[in-house]
Amino acid sequence: MAQVAHASDRRRLFALLSPAYLWLTLAVFLPLSAMLFFSVLSDMPGADGGWGLTLGNYAAFLENPTYSTLLWKSLKLGATVTFFCVIIGYPCALVLAKSIRGRSREALFLLVILPFWSNSLVRIFSWAIVLRGNGVLERALNWVLPFDIRLNLMFTTEAVTIGLVHSYLPYVILTSYLALQAIDDDILDAARSMGASKLTILRRLLLPLSLPGLLAGAVLVFVPVVGSFMEPRILGGRMGTYYGTVIEDQFVAVYNWPLGAALSFILLAVVLVILGAASPALRKART
Amino acid sequence: MTLLALAGRVWLGLVLLFLYAPILMMAAMSFNASPFYQLPFEFSTKWYADMAGNDQIIDAALRSVLIAFVVTAIATAVGTAASIALFRYDFPGKRVLQVLLFPPIAIPWLITGTAMLVFFFSIGIGRGTPAVIIGHVALALPYVIVTVTARLSAFDVTLEEAARSMGAGQWTVLRRVTLPFIAPGIVAGGLFAFAVSFDQFVVSYFLSKPGDTTLPVLIYTAIRKGFTPEINAISTIIITVSMAVMFLAARKSNFGGDR
Repeated sequence: MAQVAHASDRRRLFALLSPAYLWLTLAVFLPLSAMLFFSVLSDMPGADGGWGLTLGNYAAFLENPTYSTLLWKSLKLGATVTFFCVIIGYPCALVLAKSIRGRSREALFLLVILPFWSNSLVRIFSWAIVLRGNGVLERALNWVLPFDIRLNLMFTTEAVTIGLVHSYLPYVILTSYLALQAIDDDILDAARSMGASKLTILRRLLLPLSLPGLLAGAVLVFVPVVGSFMEPRILGGRMGTYYGTVIEDQFVAVYNWPLGAALSFILLAVVLVILGAASPALRKART
Repeated sequence: MTLLALAGRVWLGLVLLFLYAPILMMAAMSFNASPFYQLPFEFSTKWYADMAGNDQIIDAALRSVLIAFVVTAIATAVGTAASIALFRYDFPGKRVLQVLLFPPIAIPWLITGTAMLVFFFSIGIGRGTPAVIIGHVALALPYVIVTVTARLSAFDVTLEEAARSMGAGQWTVLRRVTLPFIAPGIVAGGLFAFAVSFDQFVVSYFLSKPGDTTLPVLIYTAIRKGFTPEINAISTIIITVSMAVMFLAARKSNFGGDR
């Protein structure tokens, strides 16, 4: 790796880097700053009458318990979805990384992560077809079971949870798999030869060594779920009011951008605290 | 095979069923004549014909593809340049620049999208296709940089020195030695960028002009107004395209293969 010493090197470095970082500044960092500014405005700029600076939008969050209740509801949803992703996804990663060998492992791994990279909106929509009353799931269950059941999961919290687990499960499998795959099989053989049981190997070796990967996956699920709005809207119906949908409303329905900006910023603060707390694990997981 | 290994395979099978059953169901229903998903199944391509005759859907589809191509071109060029600089040189502040790649990935798109809306509105770009492109490139850049950098890390720098010692100029070295080696990484990064843009809903939703939207935004609006069977048809096409693109990207970048 070259040290930057000459002026020509510095010019080249600048020419190579500046487009990318100028772009990120224009499209991500300046907008985030602009939103911070918007969140302390009393009114939409350009609206009739003047606008001033105020902390009223943040006060609204504190005074109106609806917002904090919904934020709490979204955090709980995030925790539930993360929990299911971990208990479903980690065993899956374990099987892929340590039980299946050769070409079929690569193929299966690809099969698991492929949906994750496909359109999330369409995947949520596909659950609407499965879960609706008189839908595919109900008919399939009635066909298998000897008695008739009525099952209409559509527009319930369960539907939202199922859809979100479906959306984010591959994250946990991906990060856990990469961490598990990095564990040297010789260590496991050594433990086995010294008489360690399978449970001991899992508890004392596999789990601790792959924990950073598992945690990284959990964070990658939790953060976007807390800010989700499309999934609750489609699968939750009237039950699907969450913190994210309230922010969406401020921008596309109510047009109270300053309040929306303040609510977004509070969400960002929560997200940053979570990412900060998890950053040691995230850093370990990357290496 | 032990009982435990068998149980593990069954678990994996169930997870795959969970991941694919709804998608396959949707695909099947897009070929079902009944608009209310009635059985018995009666094969029909009616909804595909309806979809093809729906100007709104076709317009949105063409716009989505066009945006994805523009985003891919910009993000791949700009991202590859940045990767080469980040890989080749050591300079103060490099760590900071690397960390700055994470906000676009780690911050929920709801926050990024609304922030972009507020900012683009205040500086006069407003909503519309240019705003969508600017936003998508920013989201795609980190993926391109990470993918290309991963490929570069396997690159032997002495090859460049060898070429230079034999009289090749910097530009020639880049064009004849470095770029051919990292080409698979660039292709994979480009495919990732295409997928990020083509599948992007949240940011497009806030940045596109009503009536002038991308395909996912159109689908979202249609779902909220009530399901229509044409949506099944176009959704099936979308998911086929995006899975095909990702399949190619994964093959190119050898993602998840034995390292």
